[in-house]
Amino acid sequence: MIPIEHYLFLSSFMFVTGVVGVITRRNAIVVFMSIELMLNSANLVFVTFSSYLGNVTGQLVVFFVMAVAAAEAAVGLAIIIAIFRNKLTVNLDEINILKW
Amino acid sequence: MEILQIAVITLVKILIVVTLMLLTVSYLVYFERKISAWAQNRVGPNRVGPAGLLQPFADVFKLLLKEDIVPFAATKSIHTLAPMLALFVAFTTYAVIPIGPSVEIFGYKVDLVVADVNMGILYILALTSVGVYAITFSGWSSGSKYSLLGGVRSSAQMISYEISMGFSIAGVLLFAESLRPVAIVNAQSGLMWNAFVQPIGFITFVVAAFAETNRLPFDLPEAEPELVGGYHTEYSSMKFAGFFLAEYANMIIASAMIITLYLGGWQVPYIEKLGLPDYAVVLIQVTAFFVKMGVLLFFIIWVRWSLPRFRYDQLMDLGWKVMFPLSLLNLIWVAILIMIMN
Amino acid sequence: MNLYDIIFYLFAIITIVSATFVVFTKNIVYAAYNLLLTLFGIAGLYVLLGADFIGIVQLIIYVGGILILILFGVMLTNKITDVPIKSGVLQVIPASIGVGMLAGILILIVTNISWRNMELTVPESTIGSLGMLLMNEYILIFELLGMLLLIALIGAANIARK
Repeated sequence: MIPIEHYLFLSSFMFVTGVVGVITRRNAIVVFMSIELMLNSANLVFVTFSSYLGNVTGQLVVFFVMAVAAAEAAVGLAIIIAIFRNKLTVNLDEINILKW
Repeated sequence: MEILQIAVITLVKILIVVTLMLLTVSYLVYFERKISAWAQNRVGPNRVGPAGLLQPFADVFKLLLKEDIVPFAATKSIHTLAPMLALFVAFTTYAVIPIGPSVEIFGYKVDLVVADVNMGILYILALTSVGVYAITFSGWSSGSKYSLLGGVRSSAQMISYEISMGFSIAGVLLFAESLRPVAIVNAQSGLMWNAFVQPIGFITFVVAAFAETNRLPFDLPEAEPELVGGYHTEYSSMKFAGFFLAEYANMIIASAMIITLYLGGWQVPYIEKLGLPDYAVVLIQVTAFFVKMGVLLFFIIWVRWSLPRFRYDQLMDLGWKVMFPLSLLNLIWVAILIMIMN
Repeated sequence: MNLYDIIFYLFAIITIVSATFVVFTKNIVYAAYNLLLTLFGIAGLYVLLGADFIGIVQLIIYVGGILILILFGVMLTNKITDVPIKSGVLQVIPASIGVGMLAGILILIVTNISWRNMELTVPESTIGSLGMLLMNEYILIFELLGMLLLIALIGAANIARK
């Protein structure tokens, strides 16, 4: 039997990896993928708790998170492509037209 | 039943299904060439064996002996992975499609389906969405603009038509109240075939199935005149054969899906009223499944050699502005039907 | 160690290794490719946890939808136009301090709380109870999500088109 801590360690690891990606990488698409990693780690915790408690509500939350992630992916990538069309780059450091 | 028995029975079933699939696929190619010849008033393959019947084996040997060329600009690992993925998806999907009712063989009760999964339909949908990757990966990793354009087109096409496909399937699921393929077949007893109950859904599903298998009139990913060969331009030898096999295996799966979801699966209407012995009924039902499949496969090939190809924008217009609303309409129709019947 | 444990560790290793690759590889397409493996690993873990519906939905939505969109983004911004894309690593020291603190907090939380560790009971199928919850208690959220997706659809189409 797998103790619940193993699932939690796994998802903490994924969350931290995602944070590392968001902080250190400068490519907008890679940052995007890192955010997906973080969302997935949160989802894993929800499903773990839901199974270990025998209550399916946690899985429902995962369902909601996935829907939000889909909306986020659609809008986010549309924005990335629009930026790429204007500036020919997806490097987050060079996207600074709103800066003084 | 013991776990060993289950394992042995499942292995035998897998072997039978895979062998059947491989044989059907290779002869499907032969029949496609014969039917195209018939449609164009030609003779078709007739040199290898009587009436050209050994042609598929000759084709396979030829492809095996060809040199395997990987382009310089290709990303090698993904380039190799793509045809494997295509074949994997094509062959694993068949696991959940029932070809007959459960029968007693040597005292064991055997379901004529490899895996009676609780969520078989969702499993098929999930695998279809994995199938998009085979084409996207092959298109991207070849390092050629024709391949890339083919890959981009194909993934856009498959995603667009997956939506109308999903909504058409939702109508079937509402009726059967289950996601199990076996239960869906059982819900279509008598003449309650979904094709008659929800004709609009049937049409949208068939169109979506054509688009998902990248067959004409929706074969834009390949589109020989514009894109040379589309996503598999840069493939040769067995890797090309992999895509080729996968395409025909997908045709078989598409027709099997249409039969299971809309044409009553293995059911023959009112056969139980004839008073035949059990084994005869099962035999007739399994034969009925394969006959239906043959008719559908002929239909798919026939369409290919009769209709011209859509333009890309026409394809997207059809998918989003016609098929998607129609499948929604079908869902509403089914909901009203169920409300009236209860 | 029984079969269940072996499968769990297999999926866990796939997930961990590929998640690391997603973040640290220089090639964006390899990152996307590894994200595919990560999502697969997590779908497997969901199935192991008895959440079969969520596992398959993970494949349909994440693998079939979101990741394809990301790959589109990569393909449209990367190889066709031949614009070199920097994807280097910056600000290593402040990042490592922040991340180290976060990791420490997470580890402390996981190890210090005595979790309720009970035997997993694999339910028959979760889809029925999920459907009932969705259509009764959480119907408002469900409708709102529908609205959100519609708005995102229109917004994305509007932004991407010029």
